[in-house]
Amino acid sequence: MNKDMSNKYIIKGATGDWEIVVGLEIHAQVTSNAKLFSGASTEFGSEPNSNVSLVDAAFPGMLPVINGECVRQAVRTGLALGAEINKFSRFDRKNYFYADLPQGYQISQFAHPIVGEGEVVVELEGGITKTIGIERLHLEQDAGKSIHDQHPSFTLVDLNRSGVALMEIVSKPDMRSPEEAGAYLRKIRTLLRYIGSCDGNMEQGSMRADVNVSVRRSGEPFGTRCEIKNVNSVRFVMQAIDYEARRQVDILEDGGTIDQETRLFDPGKGETRSMRSKEEAHDYRYFPDPDLLPLEFDDAFIDEARESLPELPDAKLARFVGEWGLPAYNAATLVGEKESALWFEDLMGHLVKQTGKPAEAIASRASNWMLSDLFGHLNKVGKSLTDSPVSAEQGAKLLALVLDDTISGSAAKDVLDDMIETGRDPAVIVEEKGLKQVSDTGALEAMVDKIMEANPAQVAQFREGKTKVLGFFVGQVMKESRGQANPAVVNKILAEKLKG
Amino acid sequence: MSVDKATVKRIANLARFRIEDERLEPLAGELNNILDWIEQLSQVDTDGVKPMTSVVDHALHWRADEVTDGGKRDAILSNAPASEFGFFAVPKVIE
Repeated sequence: MNKDMSNKYIIKGATGDWEIVVGLEIHAQVTSNAKLFSGASTEFGSEPNSNVSLVDAAFPGMLPVINGECVRQAVRTGLALGAEINKFSRFDRKNYFYADLPQGYQISQFAHPIVGEGEVVVELEGGITKTIGIERLHLEQDAGKSIHDQHPSFTLVDLNRSGVALMEIVSKPDMRSPEEAGAYLRKIRTLLRYIGSCDGNMEQGSMRADVNVSVRRSGEPFGTRCEIKNVNSVRFVMQAIDYEARRQVDILEDGGTIDQETRLFDPGKGETRSMRSKEEAHDYRYFPDPDLLPLEFDDAFIDEARESLPELPDAKLARFVGEWGLPAYNAATLVGEKESALWFEDLMGHLVKQTGKPAEAIASRASNWMLSDLFGHLNKVGKSLTDSPVSAEQGAKLLALVLDDTISGSAAKDVLDDMIETGRDPAVIVEEKGLKQVSDTGALEAMVDKIMEANPAQVAQFREGKTKVLGFFVGQVMKESRGQANPAVVNKILAEKLKG
Repeated sequence: MSVDKATVKRIANLARFRIEDERLEPLAGELNNILDWIEQLSQVDTDGVKPMTSVVDHALHWRADEVTDGGKRDAILSNAPASEFGFFAVPKVIE
């Protein structure tokens, strides 16, 4: 398959084909107890203005002091993005006026960001991968929150978020389809969750994206871009890109030009609309913040940050496929969420211990069980892995019973149902419900003999070539054994004995 | 480097200063005087001199990631022209 063609995303205009160009600026809230420059809490959902220090509210004379943990998390994130870490960086003031920005400027990093260029590999449909460049990552303050619809004449402002540390991760304009942008955003979220530098919770706003979209004829230079602000889900990012690209194509094909502007995505209508039409172009007048000395650290600090990183998703995926022989799809699904990857590893650890079998002999089967049986059953009762009543150790016990033929695959499903409901151990359930599979050849042979003796007509039919009656005999044995006969063993015995 | 009337007007607008039109010309003159004065610094030969980021010989102080502040809503809101339900209340920002 030609890798370039297979994922080509084209907008068919009236006058020909258009290519889209997308870049993302992802704002990720740094996981920390206190804010970037003050000792106020970052807790979500507190009473309005209760997590606010005099620094966050910009009282005169208050000075910012940087939170070292936020620096460390930014460096860890940079390392996870395979990016260059800048031992010297600096904070600048980005000046603008808005009611939820009490300082009148945001402390950000403009000329000298803490993290420079890097790249991530994203997985697309059909096993195709694409490398997306990272332009930079910098630290900055979040603003407060404005609420416009709770009072007839006032906008209400809560400064709890004011001063919370954000990492802005800026991609290169490397994406060419909504799918690629979605895959990139998911990949960044997965990475952040693995290393724990951001919880990646888009619903609570701890991760959101500004999406830059432009269109062009294939091979032409970049067109004028529009920036869609604050999109807060992967699906909305993809919808917004699709809508915005088509809007731009329509304008260009009608002979118009694209105004570089900031737009908002309306998830209800699925469209973007202009945000600040009359306001003059932004002029942020960045300059170095005189309240803050440059941010500097040494190689030892970077090495320490590197050593604190867990195994990253790409490495885990390679190990699951390469060493354990998982199907690529299973491996990618498990690795996509940190929780499921860790649960699977835990499951495998117990399973290897219990069965004494090498991991590569059982991993594939275990992954199938986890993805279809466990996830299916949890879904049914509206639970997820994090609140699963079945522990990885219990899951391994159940799987071990299947692997050594103690119970059949279908009995295992019933046991799992019971485990999810009661949290009991699988062995107890198997014993109580009498689900143990009969694989004892002697006992099964006796049973088969008895059934053949009772049904001479069917035996004769089989011997005349009507092999379909085999199903009848299997059914009889299962009935006789109350479903506990091992079907594979039964089939083998029947095949031999019926031949006569 | 010098500024003209239009630049002064634009900067004033960005800084949310209301400056009457007849003040723009004299203000441009004053600002240009300041710029000229600063411009004299460029006469100093700085070849081979490490860029200075501060006049004090200190590294940036780092704080530990501990919650040591907050929980003072009344003090925070005490200077606000208006507050409602524990929020700052400002004129409606959108229509």
